[in-house]
Amino acid sequence: MIPAQFDYVRPDSLDQAFRELASDEDTKVLAGGQSLLPLLRLRLAYPSKLVDVARLPELAGAHDRGDHVFVGAMTTHDEVMRSPVVREGCPLVALATATVADPAVRHRGTFGGSLAHADPAGDLPAVVLALDGVFVARSAGGEREIPAARFFVDYLESALLPGEILTGVKIPKLGDGWGFHYEKFHRTAQAWPIVGVAVAVRRTNGAIQEARIGLANMAPTPLRARAAESALQGAELGDQVRQACGEAAEGTAPPADLHAQPDYRRHLARVLTHRAVRTAAGAP
Amino acid sequence: MTEVGRARRRKEDARLLTGRTQWTDNLRPPGTLHVAFLRSPMAHARITRVDVSGARGMTGVVAAFCGQDLAAEQGSLPCAWPVTEDIVIPDHPPMAVSEVRYVGEAVACVVATDRYLAADALEAIEVDYEPLPAVVGLEEALAPDSPKVHESGNQAYTMKVTSGDVDAAFRDAPIVIERTYHQQRLIPAAMEPRAVLASTDGDSYTVWTATQIPHVLRVMLALTTGIPEHKIRVIAPDVGGGFGSKLQVTAEEVLCLLLTRRLGRPVKWNESRSEGNLTVHHGRGQVQRVKLAADADGRIRGLRVELLADMGAYLMLLTPGVPLLGASMFNAIYKMDAYEFGCTGVFTTKMPTDAYRGAGRPEATFGIERIMDELAAELKADPLEVRRRNWIRHEEFPYTTISGLTYDSGNYEAATDKAMALFGYDKLRAEQADRRDRGDPVQLGIGVSTYTEMCGLAPSRLLKEARYAAGGWEHGAVRMLPTGKVEVITGTSPHGQGHVTAWSQIAADALGVPFDDITVIHGDTAIAHKGMDTYGSRSLVIGGVAVLQACEKVREKARKLAAHVLECAPDDLEFAGGAFTVRGTDARATIQELAFAAFTAHDLPDGVEARLDSEATYDPDNYSFPHGTHLCAVEVDTETGLTRIRSYVAVDDVGKVVNPLIVEGQVHGGIAQGIGQALFEEAVYDADGNLLTSTLADYLLPSAADLPDFVTDRTETPATGNPLGAKGVGEAGCIASTPAVVNAVVDALRPYGVHDVAMPCTPERVWRALEGARS
Amino acid sequence: MPRITVTVDGITYEEEVEPRLLLVHLLRERLGRTGTPVGCDTSNCGACTVMLDGKSAKSCSVLAVQADGCEVVTIEGLGANGSMHPMQRAFHEEHALQCGYCTPGMVMAAIDLLRETPEPSEEAIREGLEGNLCRCTGYCNIVRAVRRGAQEMGRAVRTS
Repeated sequence: MIPAQFDYVRPDSLDQAFRELASDEDTKVLAGGQSLLPLLRLRLAYPSKLVDVARLPELAGAHDRGDHVFVGAMTTHDEVMRSPVVREGCPLVALATATVADPAVRHRGTFGGSLAHADPAGDLPAVVLALDGVFVARSAGGEREIPAARFFVDYLESALLPGEILTGVKIPKLGDGWGFHYEKFHRTAQAWPIVGVAVAVRRTNGAIQEARIGLANMAPTPLRARAAESALQGAELGDQVRQACGEAAEGTAPPADLHAQPDYRRHLARVLTHRAVRTAAGAP
Repeated sequence: MTEVGRARRRKEDARLLTGRTQWTDNLRPPGTLHVAFLRSPMAHARITRVDVSGARGMTGVVAAFCGQDLAAEQGSLPCAWPVTEDIVIPDHPPMAVSEVRYVGEAVACVVATDRYLAADALEAIEVDYEPLPAVVGLEEALAPDSPKVHESGNQAYTMKVTSGDVDAAFRDAPIVIERTYHQQRLIPAAMEPRAVLASTDGDSYTVWTATQIPHVLRVMLALTTGIPEHKIRVIAPDVGGGFGSKLQVTAEEVLCLLLTRRLGRPVKWNESRSEGNLTVHHGRGQVQRVKLAADADGRIRGLRVELLADMGAYLMLLTPGVPLLGASMFNAIYKMDAYEFGCTGVFTTKMPTDAYRGAGRPEATFGIERIMDELAAELKADPLEVRRRNWIRHEEFPYTTISGLTYDSGNYEAATDKAMALFGYDKLRAEQADRRDRGDPVQLGIGVSTYTEMCGLAPSRLLKEARYAAGGWEHGAVRMLPTGKVEVITGTSPHGQGHVTAWSQIAADALGVPFDDITVIHGDTAIAHKGMDTYGSRSLVIGGVAVLQACEKVREKARKLAAHVLECAPDDLEFAGGAFTVRGTDARATIQELAFAAFTAHDLPDGVEARLDSEATYDPDNYSFPHGTHLCAVEVDTETGLTRIRSYVAVDDVGKVVNPLIVEGQVHGGIAQGIGQALFEEAVYDADGNLLTSTLADYLLPSAADLPDFVTDRTETPATGNPLGAKGVGEAGCIASTPAVVNAVVDALRPYGVHDVAMPCTPERVWRALEGARS
Repeated sequence: MPRITVTVDGITYEEEVEPRLLLVHLLRERLGRTGTPVGCDTSNCGACTVMLDGKSAKSCSVLAVQADGCEVVTIEGLGANGSMHPMQRAFHEEHALQCGYCTPGMVMAAIDLLRETPEPSEEAIREGLEGNLCRCTGYCNIVRAVRRGAQEMGRAVRTS
């Protein structure tokens, strides 16, 4: 299939990008294009203009900023998963990014692009939500920070305003004692997850002290499994953890689609959360 | 060493590996126009208005047409298999005129100077539809109050054949098992999307197309459009896979031909994948009611099969006949007293079905191999043991089965023993028992499939009995060039199989010339002038034999010439190593020398014409019957329902092998496609007749990461019906593997009380089966 | 229309392109490099995979304008002096292709895989090729070919 016509600009600076974005309300930001190009080809999107920000240096690379890692929005998945800064500072991001799509797509697709796409079935939104990442958005009017909990507004809808560009995401470092796992359940290697569970847990003396759980594809937005998180506080590996993870589907509103019905997704969320928590906690 | 039997690396590869390819979409004669089709978004509707005028003035647009514009010339797409006397074959206009009956049916087109502009102009066409009810389910379609797909109703045909006293077989049978199995619709998804290029010089027409059947297509294009056959040339250039999906006379082929006639310029169409998922014919699509009667010791008494076969909206080239290719195959390798097969072809408002790898035989093999496992479960016996009790023993060949086919050869015992040894059958059974005892959440399942199939489609006289509109012969021609090199011309039309390599091997042995001195020409009706093309695992067992026989004729002609040159009687000559030697002397003439002598023609004996060449047409007396034993071990996660194939062993008996590398490759690919059906693939329509799996993001094809390595081996029981001793291998893997995998999944779940999981056995379906059994 | 400069298989081109022109169509229809085919419209099949600045990319999911200033290597540019790349040879030796339509993309993906993992395990090969679909081979021989190609490329590196 063939995309419909659109204009294209590749601004040299963010300021120029803001001006281009302001020129027309059907203008869209083009990052790596790995989500957008298929939509254009299937003629499911008709932007009037694409503003290509992929090469803007301010949006590139992952940087250690002390208490957090700043991942520039245009850092490719491939760069993210190989970045020593990411692997050291927020290993869950590296783990999950390595499961995104396939190698060729990871070379082009970007961290910020897939987050701004706000697809609840994406791997990264659930991860950033679990880690309490902070989205940094800039516009002609200045910069603002949006906590992950407020970033994902609805299905394919983020809190970014017209004219705003996501410049990157701050991922807080969790420090020592934390373990991580991303459990992705899909029918084929390149299929979207039916359910994905991103987990970070801090464990001492056999018990979980703190757990953070992000769920992919369990609602129109990524969700935190808050009930399970609280139930896991102080839970010991074994029946207690199992029971706590039984709460993982509380408050979810999973979709019904070709690949699964809601009740099955809820079931999976419980099973996969249990597995992810155990793995993250280093259980044998 | 003979060439036949060698693992020759393929001659085809170098071009394909370096991008010097001739896909239809690569061809771009000067002045080429591009056509794009506007397709129905409705499953069933009356077309009340089409206005293409908006498209006509747009940049680059040369023409735009709707079905009405073409109605007088477009004819009706052909069905070549009226399987019963009273079959209903509805009119099937290549472009819908007054009614659409599936989502994706073409309703208008734009021809433009560029494919981008053609796509743009489609959006300026206006179509008004008056919706009609969709007809999706097969049982529902046959209900008396169902909306009708065609005026005549939703039944295309119904037929029944019986052999033996079926009632007696079922009467008082100690064991009767009845099951219903669903063969989901599949999308063949050859990696090369379809493409067509048609051009004309004002008098005659050339059609390049991604087809398996250039020869059949030429005849059908002539019959459909009225363009005289001798004015049409069809060329199948490089064709990127088919699996039956390019065994078709398509709307787009007819329409490109008509458009080039109207416009006088080359017209090209190339399909996008999402368009292809909607409009390349689908495969399978059956509801199977299978009923088996057995004695208490597991001996089969009788089998009753009743199919509802989803035709889709129209009958395409072979649509009604595909399920009937399974009619003689449900009884498979087993002996029984009685057999009844019934089939009803049902119209629905979906893409028509037609041949997909195996075509009728995978469906039949699935039905019988699944219910054989149910019989084993009923008897609490090992599924292979139950099969042993019923199969035809090797000393019983040739054996005429209950459905009337005569199997010429086979050795099910040998293939099974070999497969069990490679698989480590007993050890895996022990592990299975252990996991069951431990209540391991990951259960091991072992699946068995001891299949046979009928290949080598087909003896022409049997095709007549089956009411098929054409024959099943194949043609081969061989010409030795003046310099001693060889051209082989074949009527088969490869699209990945490796005919160029394999036919070279056959000719090299038969003529005693080097493998590298042979070229194989195919896929162009002006050059390979006779042929019935490639499908049904027929190419080697019919086309390969035709090449062999043409070589033998060349050799006999060379013998006459050699006798003349060497001044002896033809019978005094020995042929070996590419040369004739006068017995008992060292007087000899090589076949290359004779080829040159036949070229100069200076001194030919009486009755011998110039040039060393010949041709042969081969029509087999019988089908061939590959068989084998496939064993699959799966691990099923009972908590999530996820199935992982742990090991897969296939021992196939495809008779004599020309090239073991090619055979192995065919088996690998077939197994993968069969696994695709078992675990991943399904063309899903919603209740309104919309295809939900229109892209490869939704129609899940397995990647390398989703499949294990396959262990393959062979036994070799030569076919007795052809001089190559070959049986065919194109479809075997795909026929055998689907039931092996599903049997394994069900085997894993049997302790939980599960006795079936519908295909594809998705994690959700497995989980629901377990939930259902638990409650 | 934007003007772009792109190097394809060692030749530099300057082209005026519509913004919506896909890189694969630039290659196939403008530059006549038809060795790279198109198999789908959702970036699932990988048939169109090329090297874009040294890394694999699906050329049906890249706009030609996005490739401005970049270097593209296609299947046609792999071999040197008329001989095949070791990975192409390995595919031939292991019978890792049948119809050949997925082959250009599969070979490019295989070479890309070895860039990061010169001695991949079977699992790493299978995962590394997850973005490339083949309908003919069942992948067994492709995996074997990648292993063989890796060995031969490793040998070439060691002896150079």
